[in-house]
Amino acid sequence: MKRLFKPGLLIPIAIIIVLAIWPLLSGNSASSREAMFTLIMSMALASSLNIILGYTGYVSFGHIVFFGIGGYAGFWAITVLGWHILPAALLGGLIAALIAWLLGLAVLRLRGAYFALATIGILEAMKALVVNLDFLGGPVGMEMHFSEYKRYGGPMQSLWMIYWSMVILAIIVVVVSYFIKTSKFGLGLMAIREDEDAAEVMGVITPRAKTWAYVLSAVFPGIIGVLFFFKNGNIEPGDAFRLHFSIEWIVMIMLGGAGTVLGPIFGGGVYQWLRKTLLTSPLFKNYQLVVAGVMLLLIVLFVPTGVIGWLRARSAKLRRIFE
Amino acid sequence: MKILEIKHVTKRFGGLTAVNNVTFDLEEGEILGLIGPNGAGKTTLFNCINGVYKPTEGQVIFKGQDITGLPTYKSAHIGLSRTHQIVRPLNELTVLENAMVGACYGRENMKLSDARKTAMEMLAFVGMEERFDVLAGTLNVAQKKRLEMARALSAKPYLLLLDEVLAGLNTAEVTHMLDTIRKIREQGVTIIMIEHIMHAVMSLSDRLIVLNYGSLIAEGSPEEVSQNPEVIEAYLGDPDLAARLLEEDKA
Ligand SMILES: Nc1ncnc2c1ncn2[C@@H]1O[C@H](COP(=O)(O)OP(=O)(O)OP(=O)(O)O)[C@@H](O)[C@H]1O
Ligand SMILES: [Mg+2]
Repeated sequence: MKRLFKPGLLIPIAIIIVLAIWPLLSGNSASSREAMFTLIMSMALASSLNIILGYTGYVSFGHIVFFGIGGYAGFWAITVLGWHILPAALLGGLIAALIAWLLGLAVLRLRGAYFALATIGILEAMKALVVNLDFLGGPVGMEMHFSEYKRYGGPMQSLWMIYWSMVILAIIVVVVSYFIKTSKFGLGLMAIREDEDAAEVMGVITPRAKTWAYVLSAVFPGIIGVLFFFKNGNIEPGDAFRLHFSIEWIVMIMLGGAGTVLGPIFGGGVYQWLRKTLLTSPLFKNYQLVVAGVMLLLIVLFVPTGVIGWLRARSAKLRRIFE
Repeated sequence: MKILEIKHVTKRFGGLTAVNNVTFDLEEGEILGLIGPNGAGKTTLFNCINGVYKPTEGQVIFKGQDITGLPTYKSAHIGLSRTHQIVRPLNELTVLENAMVGACYGRENMKLSDARKTAMEMLAFVGMEERFDVLAGTLNVAQKKRLEMARALSAKPYLLLLDEVLAGLNTAEVTHMLDTIRKIREQGVTIIMIEHIMHAVMSLSDRLIVLNYGSLIAEGSPEEVSQNPEVIEAYLGDPDLAARLLEEDKA
């Protein structure tokens, strides 16, 4: 219980809550709700990825594959089986976790760049597979019938329901991330990140720890995928498996600080704010990805620990405030 | 009672035989010195004992159990800890967290809170308690060696493998470390130490074994071994020079 009332946990949760209620306070609630949805979703996704990337040190480049897999599983359950969104979302998370577990057995033996490349390969292979699966709509994907939203009181209610679900999910992700970071399991993961062979010599059961980290980092993107595509109304391979989204998550994590609880939240906020500013600037409108790439390069070169990581490296006192 | 039995252990890397048919036993509570020239296969032998490498041939028996080729984490769980010749601190973690990894995942599989206590005790034991809160990457070499030691001890091992913990330390630091090793033995931990600093290994060890080109060429008390012409020959290629150096060591 004592672990709950620590600034390391309360600060990121407070940030999410403040952002979440923003649309209620500002007049134009529909468009600010959409902006906040995107922001909070990317914070949750980046935080999930941080479990394998930041804590464990395995750069999962194609991590969006779990978002896509979960999204497809949930979408299919809703449209074909007529499931309610709640069990469908859980199904999405479960399938993503299961696939992460299976893939992990194979790819988590690889280290460094080989692992990163393998995750891109997995993403492309999964996309190619889905394009060829007729029951998932092939290359065209699937549509949600408008009447689907009636069940939840109409489209407007549905949007708000998804919005608040996303907020709760983001808070859960942060809590999970914090508990991993401050647990024995998390200590083992960070030992792996720092020196996998030394960790193993000290008794960390590295294959098992890595697999769990990978599974945990896949569950939430799987659930979030279901929420996102339900709200979206349709799903297609191009949206579900878009490599550049997962690269953006990496930029967010690196910007804020890999392996910190607050880093992906902070980095997600800064990145989305920058992106929005650049999107509306005619000069940069078409160069979003270039900007993301340049940012990643600058961070890796000059602040490889990210902003929160940099702060934490300053003093033990700051380490107690920012987890 | 025998804590460790090495039976005809051989390790080959392609055409190179790094450890060649080595056999020896270790009694509980003993300090065994493992010496030999550079590249003799000492570190490789350690790696075969704790499972970093699976021996090409032979067996490793720990407390009566065959542990040949067991994953390193399993040997940690049953009470085998080691330090690394080239220190391997977990740089971005604090000194305390480094030692806690040893405690959490070592023989006693401790909870985080118990691990914190044990880690603190072991840090105090090696004289590092004041720096518990700094990042391990910022330590100097001598401190990193102490940290390796604290980390290995936090696992509460039965057998401790020390790979050149004195290398790179100054005279005062060596004295301090020797003291620490003596105290570890007093707590009933069995030790194998690889060491190049002769006077140190001579004064600490109950028994010495000597490796040369992967083979065990001598075994016995420090006096016996230091008098063995084959050892002197292997060590320095020049017996006269060796004899002279040994004299200096005693002085
Ligand atoms: N992983 C490896 N692959 C190939 N050869 C290796 C490997 N590890 C060690 N060797 C070789 O095995 C031999 C023994 O090396 P080892 O490190 O065990 O020697 P050492 O006695 O510990 O030497 P030093 O006193 O310099 O630490 C050397 O020739 C070394 O180059
Ligand atoms: Mg060596």
